[in-house]
Parts: sequence; structure tokens; C-alpha cells
Amino acid sequence: MSSLTDLSMLELAAKLASREVSSVEATRASLQRIAQVDPKVRAFLRVDEPGALKAAEASDARREAGSPLSALDGVPVGLKDIFLTEGVETTCASRVLEGFVPPYDATVVRLLKEAGLPLVGKLNMDEFAMGSSNESSAYFPTHNPWDLTRTPGGSSGGSAAAVAAREVFGALGTDTGGSIRQPAALTNTVGLKPTYGRVSRYGVIAFASSLDQPGPMARTVGDTAALFQLIARHDPLDSTSADVETPDCLTGLEDGVRGLKLGVPREYFAEGMDPEVAGTLRASLEELEKLGATLVDVSLPHTKYALATYYLLASSEASSNLARYDGIRYGQRAKDARGLKELYTQTRGQGFGAEVKRRIMLGTYALSAGYYDAYYLRAQKVRTLIREDFTKVFQQVDAIVSPTSPVPAFKLGAKVDDPLSMYLMDVYTLPCNLAGLPGLSVPCGFTQAGLPIGMQLLGRPFDEARLLRIARAFEREHDFFRRAAPV
Amino acid sequence: MPLSDFQTVIGLEVHAQLLTQSKIFCGCSTAFGAEPNHHTCPVCLGMPGVLPVLNQRVVEYAVRTGLALGCTVKSTSVWSRKNYFYPDLPKGYQITQYDQPICEWGELVIDTPSGEKTVRVRRIHLEEDAGKSVHDASASAGQSLVDLNRAGVPLMEIVSEPDLRDADEAVEYLKALRDVLVYLGVNDGNLEEGSFRCDANVSVMPKGSTTYGQRCELKNLNSFRFLKQAIEYEAARQVDVLESGGKVDQETRLWDVNKGVTRSMRSKEDAHDYRYFPEPDLPPLLVSDALRDSQRQSLPELPRAKRTRFMGEYGLPAYDARILTAERPLADFFEACAKHVPDAKKLSNWFLGELSRLLKEEGTPLSALRFTPAQLGELLATVEKGTVSANAAKDVLGEMFRTGRAPADIIAEKGLAQVSDVGAVEAVVDDILAKNAGEVEKYKAGKKSVYGFFVGQVMKAMKGKGNPGLVNELLKKKLGD
Repeated sequence: MSSLTDLSMLELAAKLASREVSSVEATRASLQRIAQVDPKVRAFLRVDEPGALKAAEASDARREAGSPLSALDGVPVGLKDIFLTEGVETTCASRVLEGFVPPYDATVVRLLKEAGLPLVGKLNMDEFAMGSSNESSAYFPTHNPWDLTRTPGGSSGGSAAAVAAREVFGALGTDTGGSIRQPAALTNTVGLKPTYGRVSRYGVIAFASSLDQPGPMARTVGDTAALFQLIARHDPLDSTSADVETPDCLTGLEDGVRGLKLGVPREYFAEGMDPEVAGTLRASLEELEKLGATLVDVSLPHTKYALATYYLLASSEASSNLARYDGIRYGQRAKDARGLKELYTQTRGQGFGAEVKRRIMLGTYALSAGYYDAYYLRAQKVRTLIREDFTKVFQQVDAIVSPTSPVPAFKLGAKVDDPLSMYLMDVYTLPCNLAGLPGLSVPCGFTQAGLPIGMQLLGRPFDEARLLRIARAFEREHDFFRRAAPV
Repeated sequence: MPLSDFQTVIGLEVHAQLLTQSKIFCGCSTAFGAEPNHHTCPVCLGMPGVLPVLNQRVVEYAVRTGLALGCTVKSTSVWSRKNYFYPDLPKGYQITQYDQPICEWGELVIDTPSGEKTVRVRRIHLEEDAGKSVHDASASAGQSLVDLNRAGVPLMEIVSEPDLRDADEAVEYLKALRDVLVYLGVNDGNLEEGSFRCDANVSVMPKGSTTYGQRCELKNLNSFRFLKQAIEYEAARQVDVLESGGKVDQETRLWDVNKGVTRSMRSKEDAHDYRYFPEPDLPPLLVSDALRDSQRQSLPELPRAKRTRFMGEYGLPAYDARILTAERPLADFFEACAKHVPDAKKLSNWFLGELSRLLKEEGTPLSALRFTPAQLGELLATVEKGTVSANAAKDVLGEMFRTGRAPADIIAEKGLAQVSDVGAVEAVVDDILAKNAGEVEKYKAGKKSVYGFFVGQVMKAMKGKGNPGLVNELLKKKLGD
């Protein structure tokens, strides 16, 4: 008999609707599971037990009155610590924001509250979302529930680990270069990076504004779709928010892939891929073909420039976005600084970790006089070429299929001293961010050692529903979701 | 070469605060003088996670200004970030426009001693203001406080080409620009509160040269007088440097009001690298044809055009026309009054004289005037008819100004009406002439200077209310002239 926390969000929602289970029970189960496994997994930076239980009680009262706020009313979820939560400390896993209690909720947080979901706590991440392993958190690394000696990926690794370890039913992450999809792939979970502009960035601590996008992480495709529908809203507080209709991703989710053309980009199956990942992906492609999809060999010729382009643009924007952490108005301030310049240099010197400093330096350099044209401007031009690659391919195919990560979860500490090899972890995910497209990672198998492998689906702008439908067709054949992490 | 062999070259960068109710990227108030940090929210405080949302009124005002100055209003312009660290800059960058501003290439015509001159406007761009650091020595030693009420207040920067050739031209340009902005209703023209301020780029070159000299930037000149003084000082300083064989360094300088000198603030070497790049949180700024057309249609008549029309339509001298058109409410009020007064020059005299004296002395704004144009017309007609004397009319106007009562009522109450009844005046004239038979003799014998004495006596007897025209007419008749 499986425990309450093994249920998917939609399964739990059904039990809440039939009054078989209360939200307080589900939330308590979640809190108990956290107490039990989080000392090992370390996904949570902060658990908000009173807040979550209060929300659960309110949800139960609504159920009692027959007026639930949404299909997921009462389902407990977690939030990456990048989302501002009114009255609950938010640090973005950085020392520089230690003690910062936001005066307002991020739009997505408000939407979840308005939908009645208890928010269990704040999840660990790479500091300011910079990293691919959760090891650049200023506090502690999160461990992969499938193998505690390994990383869950990053930067939304805390969200992925908490979902995989059944500590929460679902979570929100953010994806700047693969930060939702890559940890999802490494933890046997589903992660959706929506189209840029689909989900509001208001109240989401900025890393790289033109690339960041919040999205859902859950254990099943259906859960991912349900959570996505709650947060995909036009937001007048975000000038880059798209004024498009909220999609219905659940109707048609079971429609399968028959007749769909799926592009397989040659450049994504190149050197550097782990043989087990490559083998599993090939088998998955064959399965999709058997399910009725047509595979089309496609080319995205500028892929080889994506990594360099991404790191120039993301770092440039980050160097500017992180300038506000100066110790003047909030967060930590250097204690013994004498004079203004010392206040800046010491506050920032003490407050930021190595990876954040590295990217601030890189971005500052790329934007500085005399180098702008050679780096930033050139990167923008290449970004346009990368976008055009996708536009052309999507004239031929309905979606693109590729691995999510070139390798399965690696050992904690293995890449810490080699930033460049860490950056290569995002090589398949970040072109999608540069192009602003939706991308999804769905579990597609395990290595012999039992480590999860993910398959990535990329789609046309605002075509998330189709990606979810393809992922669901695949998921239906396997039910990897039923396999629980051995933690 | 002496100073007179050099030519000064000046370009101005003017910062004008736009008269919007709310800030450029959030809904906070722009009202002046609130308690520190009371007009702030997460957005203008630069809290983590905040995003800017553009105030559309700001765009309307910039478009209106661009059209008024004959600029090309771009259908697409781009927001950029200007990065630098300062405690009063909440986000660590200022959102501004850089290489693609909203308006480009316009012009402003000014008057110079040698006639009209066209000064080219290179660009107009939009940006947010920063906050204010308050270095409070009295509170506790060395403490600095930050007030972010101004952070996010919308500013428009108007940059001229280096077309100005002396300090007077620069002052003239700045005044003309201020008049235009105030007319458009986009700026209050208040230099004291800093809502209209100016930087000057100044260089000198030998007369006849076509190559500009090295320029220095003079920052934050907040009065017309300081602008003139600073430019004159700076030009002379640069000539001195060149004359003594030195070279002018490109630098930013401040005008020291107390010492009357400019002094160096920072050199080119320690100039900021602002690391501009396009603002990723804001899409490009689009100006629709509809917005441009609606702003064009609602453009008011500008001061210069109005001045020319006042001279033509009302036959006013240039001096009068300029003063009457300097401010739009005054010009509007003049025109409203002119409908009730046939002689515009006489009306203008009242405006330039008695009315402006009252406005100044009482500190009343035009918008708070109590009397109507029709009432002023009535008063002037009364003077014209000779019902009251010009002097008495001044008293009446003062009373109208303070109370808004009708002139007829005031005249009646104070008994200011002139006596124009022929019989009544004749009786007094006869009486005075009879009482002063000796003087009459002298007058008739040729001593014409006695005439003034008769007038004085008649007026005295009538307590100043005798109609002067009628008194004169009757006196001359009786004296046989």
C-alpha cells in the first residue's frame, strides 16, 4: 500500500474532491516526509509549517463549503527560493539576501495562493540560479534522492529533489538555460520550461531577464500540465508577459502522437554524450515512431555557438541585475566598511559566492567599452541566427526531440573545480532559452546503475500543450513515475 | 591672441521633469515635498524581482514635445540600462534611452541681437530620475541618508547641437525652451525645485576656425544667471589655458556659486564606463501613428507663433507681445479680455502695468483671479467714456482683484464716478472764475500759465471727480479761447 505522498497531484486532487483525504492530512504527510528524508536530501532551505497548515485548513473549509478555488485546491507544493513570498524569508540561496523578508508575493506565488495550494517551503538552488548542480548554493548542496552521493542537477535542483523524494507533490522552478529540465532529467521528474513571456517573472529574482522563465516541476505529465495551467497568465506587472489565452493542456492530453512529425537534430546527438544516455534516447525515439510519430532528421546549424552566446548574454544581464545587491537597502551589509566604496566592495565580496562573482566579472567585461561590439552585440546577432534555425525547422516538424542532459547525475564535487565542464551540462537545453521556445523534460529510462535519464521536447512558441501531449504518450507506455527514489 | 579673437561654442543638455501624476515605471506619486521615502513602492525601491511598467502618459508628453520642436518622432525606440553604483540609484542602473531615442533632429528658433537664429535639437530621450542622498552632519557624525521619493520620476533630456555662440544665446535658448515646455503642459519650468535643469558643453576655438576645441561639461546649472556666469567664466578660463600654451582637458566641471568659478569634478580618465545595453525587461517603445496624430492635433499655439500673431492681430509692439505671450495662461487671459476691449494697446498697458503689479504684489496666480474678462472690459469702457478717471479706475481694479465685485458696484459704493453733467461742471467753473476775477484778468492779458490754477481749483471744488475733458472744454470756452 503506497503512502499518501506517493500520489500524483491529480490523484491527490481526486481524493480531496471526494473528501477521502483532507488537505491538512496531505500537508501533514508532506511535512512528515520532509522531516523523515530531508536531513539526507537537503532540498529545503526553509519549511513554512504554520503557513502551509493554515492554508490547508482554509482549503478544507472551502471543500466543506463546496467552493474549491481550483482543481488543485489543497495540494501542497514547494517553491524554489527564487520566488518572493510575502512575509517568508527569500534568499535566492545567497548570503547577500540573508534575512530578507519580501514585502510582496511574486505573481506566480499569488496565483498559487489564489488557487488554494498550501506552500510548504522554500527550496534550495544554485545561488541566484547560477549553476547546474546545486553546489553553488551558499548554504549546502542538495543530494539526488536516487543516489545521495550525486547532484540532483541545477539550478532548480532543490525543487526536483523534493518532488522526486516525495517531499512535495509538485514545485515551481525557473529555467534560464535548462534549470528546470536538466534537474528534472536527473531525478526522474517532469519539468516544463514555458515559452518566454508565458509565465510572469514579476517577483522572481532576476538572473538573466531575457532568458528566465518560471515553470512547473512534478512527477507526472498530467500534474505538470495542471500546475502549468494555474500559472500561465498574462501579467500587467511584467512588460514582457505575453497577452495570450491560458492554454487548456489537460483536454487532449491523451491524444497520442500519431501523425506528428518529430525532428531529431543531428547537432544534439554529437560527441560528449554518455553512451547509456545515447542508447536510451535512441530506444525512446524508436518507441515514439512505433506510437505513430514520424521522425525527421533536422539540422540546427548554429547550435555550436549556443553555449558561448548563452554565457555572454546571461552573464551580461546578470552583471546588471545583481548590481542592486549593494547592502544599502536590504539583505546583508558589510559590518566594518568605512566609506562608500568599501561598503560596496566588502558587501558584495562577502555576499556573493564564487560562481556568481565569476559571471558578474564575465558580464561586466562583455559589456564594457571597447568589448561590447565583439562580445555582447555579436552574441545578440548569433542569438538571432539560433532563433532562425528553430523557425526554419518548425516549418517542417511539430516538435524536436533530444536528450535533456548529456550525462546522468554526476557525483557531488566532480565538476566543482571545472566551471567549463559544468557549463556543458546545459548544452542541449540552453538553445531553447535563447530562442524563447517552450521545452519539456520527461523521464525516458534509467542507467544500469539506476540513475534517471530524461528526454527533451522542444516546441513552437506557445505550443506547450502539444509537448505535454507527446510526453504523456511516452509516459503512458512506461509509468516511470511509479518507480520511487530509494531514499 | 586676446579673448576677442576666440569663438565660444556651446551645446546644452536640458533635463525636464515631465508633469505626470505618477512615476515612469510604477504608480507612485511624483508630488514634490513629501516626507522622505513616502512616495515609494517595491518597483521604485529596486527590490528583488520587480519589473518596470511604462507610464503611457510619459510617451504622450515626449511625442508632444518632439512634434513641437519639429523632431522626427521614431515609431520604434529602445530602452537601455546605464549601469553605475551610487546609493541613491536603487537598481544599480538607470533605465534610459541611449542609441535609439524617441525623438531626433528638431530645432528651436531664438532671438539674438543680430536677428533670429535656429538652434538644432539633436535628440530627446526619456529616462528615470535617481533618488537623493542626504548628508546629514547634524544627525550623527558622518551619517548619510537616502530619500528615494524622486527615484523613478520621469525625465526628458533635450540635447542641442553646439550651435550656440555665447552665454546670452545659451540663456535665450534655455528660456525659449522652457517657454515651449511650459506651454505644452509637459513641464513646470521650475529651476529652483530642479524640475528644469541644464548642463552646458563649452569649448573655444580661434575665430574663423571650423574645428571645435576640446569641450568641458558644466554640470547642473540651475538658474539662467548661473548658466551665463559659468559659460563666461569657463570660456575665459579655456582661452587662458590655450594662451599660456596649455591644452584644455576633456572633463566634467562644477560651477562654484560662492567663488564664481568652475572647478573640476572628474576627468576623462576617471569617466564612468556605463556599460549600456538594451533593457531586457522592457520591449522596444512603439509610437503609433494614431498617437502621433492625436498629439499633433492637440498641439497648442507655441509662444513664438503667438507672439507674432499678437503683433499682427492686435497691433501690439514686440515688447508687449513678448511679455503677454511668455506664459500661456496670461496670453489666454489677455485674449479673453481683448474680446471685451476694442483698443488692444490700452488693454496691454493695463496688463503690463496695473495687473502685473497686482499679481506680483498679491502673489496671486492667474488661475485664481476673481474678476472676469467681461468685468475688466466694463471697467475700461467706463474709463473710455469718462465715467471714472484713470486713477480712480486703478482703485476699482484693485478692489475687483481682491473681491471679484462688479466695477459698477465699486464705483457707486466709493462714489468714484466722474461728474460729466455739463450744467453741474459749468456752475463750478463759473463760480471759480467769478471768485478769481483778478487771475482771469491776468490770463486774458496773456499770462497763460494761470490756466493750470483754474483747472486745479475746479477739480478741488469737485473733489477730483470732474470729468477732465469737460472741465477743460468749459474753462476754455468761458475764458474765450
